[in-house]
Amino acid sequence: MSNIKFTKEHEWLNIEGDIVTVGVTDFAQSQLGDVVFIELPEVGETYEEGDEGAVIESVKAAGEIEIPVSGEIVAVNEALSDDPELVNREPMSGGWFFKVKIAAELDASKYLDETAYKALIAEE
Amino acid sequence: MTQTTSTRPHPDEDNMNDHANAAKQSDAIQTTPLFALHQALGGKMVPFAGYHMPVQYPDGILKEHLHTREQAGLFDVSHMGQVVIKGAGLAQALEKLIPVDLESLNINQQTYAVLTNKDGGILDDLIVTRWAEDTFFLVVNAACKEQDLSHLLTHLHGFEFEYLNGQGLMALQGPAATHVMEQLSPEANKLTFMNGCHTQISGKRCYVTRSGYTGEDGFEISVDGHDAEALAKTLLSFDAVEPIGLGARDSLRLEAGLCLYGHDMDTKTTPIEASLLWSISQSRRPEGAKAGGFLGAERIFQQINDGVSTKRVGFEIEGRAPIREGAEIVNETGAVIGKITSGGFGPTLNQPVAMGYVPKAFATVGTKLSAMVRGKARPITVCKMPFVPQRYFRG
Repeated sequence: MSNIKFTKEHEWLNIEGDIVTVGVTDFAQSQLGDVVFIELPEVGETYEEGDEGAVIESVKAAGEIEIPVSGEIVAVNEALSDDPELVNREPMSGGWFFKVKIAAELDASKYLDETAYKALIAEE
Repeated sequence: MTQTTSTRPHPDEDNMNDHANAAKQSDAIQTTPLFALHQALGGKMVPFAGYHMPVQYPDGILKEHLHTREQAGLFDVSHMGQVVIKGAGLAQALEKLIPVDLESLNINQQTYAVLTNKDGGILDDLIVTRWAEDTFFLVVNAACKEQDLSHLLTHLHGFEFEYLNGQGLMALQGPAATHVMEQLSPEANKLTFMNGCHTQISGKRCYVTRSGYTGEDGFEISVDGHDAEALAKTLLSFDAVEPIGLGARDSLRLEAGLCLYGHDMDTKTTPIEASLLWSISQSRRPEGAKAGGFLGAERIFQQINDGVSTKRVGFEIEGRAPIREGAEIVNETGAVIGKITSGGFGPTLNQPVAMGYVPKAFATVGTKLSAMVRGKARPITVCKMPFVPQRYFRG
């Protein structure tokens, strides 16, 4: 069963068992504009929550993607290297960044559900 | 996601230098005569140099940039300062502040120039157009205009100043600009690069010059603020013309190797360090017929004769990650030797481009250096500018 959560930093988490897929939201990509470069983490590396996981560069800005949950990177989206604009076109699907195998039970209450996230971006 | 750096047309970035601060102090953020049109066109408005300006329209910076290079873009530059100065002997008087042979400018001819201070630093860069024997039209940077005006008033006595408050200024840039102008003012379309004429477009009186800030052929049009929106709509009615925001304006000028005041040069840099020797007329240089006689000439001449210690150069960048303003430049031993002053993604080249200052020993084309981005050294190579060939119409 999948379960989509959001962070205040405009990342989304798709939680499927102990695998969490991470990307940025449509709001984030619209704020960044045309994405030209993405630096992804290394598969097999272990990260603590809050570590810098990826870098996203658009024509106008640079952003950092934090690892939203501690664990091991088990996959990265190689398609983004050749086609970084995939993030602009399909931020919530094909433009995912990486998958984390979580180290411990996830405390889902730390993240926002869709309603709470929509309320957050409505304020911005 | 945490946004760490962003391109210049950003709310927080109009405080980059003293001049901008001066403009910032002047209370509320102002609007240009095209403010309502920007909003109607879906422009994303940001405060820039004291004005609400569109950083981009719904198409986005990348498409706007490419459209300008392929067809034509319309830019609102009404935030810039437009000043008319009149009086007998003005050319000679202005030459004390501007190292250009203004006396030899033809009527309706214009020139790029810098305003120097007594130390040879650059107070602003500007375009000076001779409207008549004793009348000059100056276009100066938005963030510098108050300071420029006070500098001019301090040094020029007995001349008539008219600051064109509320006057519109727009740029039509790109290879299709000439096809549009042919329809609107055949007279203006005959102009060659860096010349202007008074003309009418759809019944609106305006002053058109063949100039711009993109490296492309194109025009700048100065028009009464009340006529600006109608004129902009006329220009936008052509299929080839799209509105372009400040974001693409920045990437276009960067690819063209053109400086942005307050970033690529300021009061602490001389025109020689900024690689702008070309902006100083031959006759005003050390061996010239009217050598010197402008503020800061001593230091500038010393640098022309003895060379400079640091210099502005362009960089080719390996990989696709942009290297942005402020990044440190390091040599092979890892010592910091300079800084990037402008950098970003060049959509025309589909790769990043940057410029910055390095010691003269590292300024030779082909010199391999690195720039530090998020703690990692990225290879960069000193290269020739412009990055994209200029396509000015010289007749």
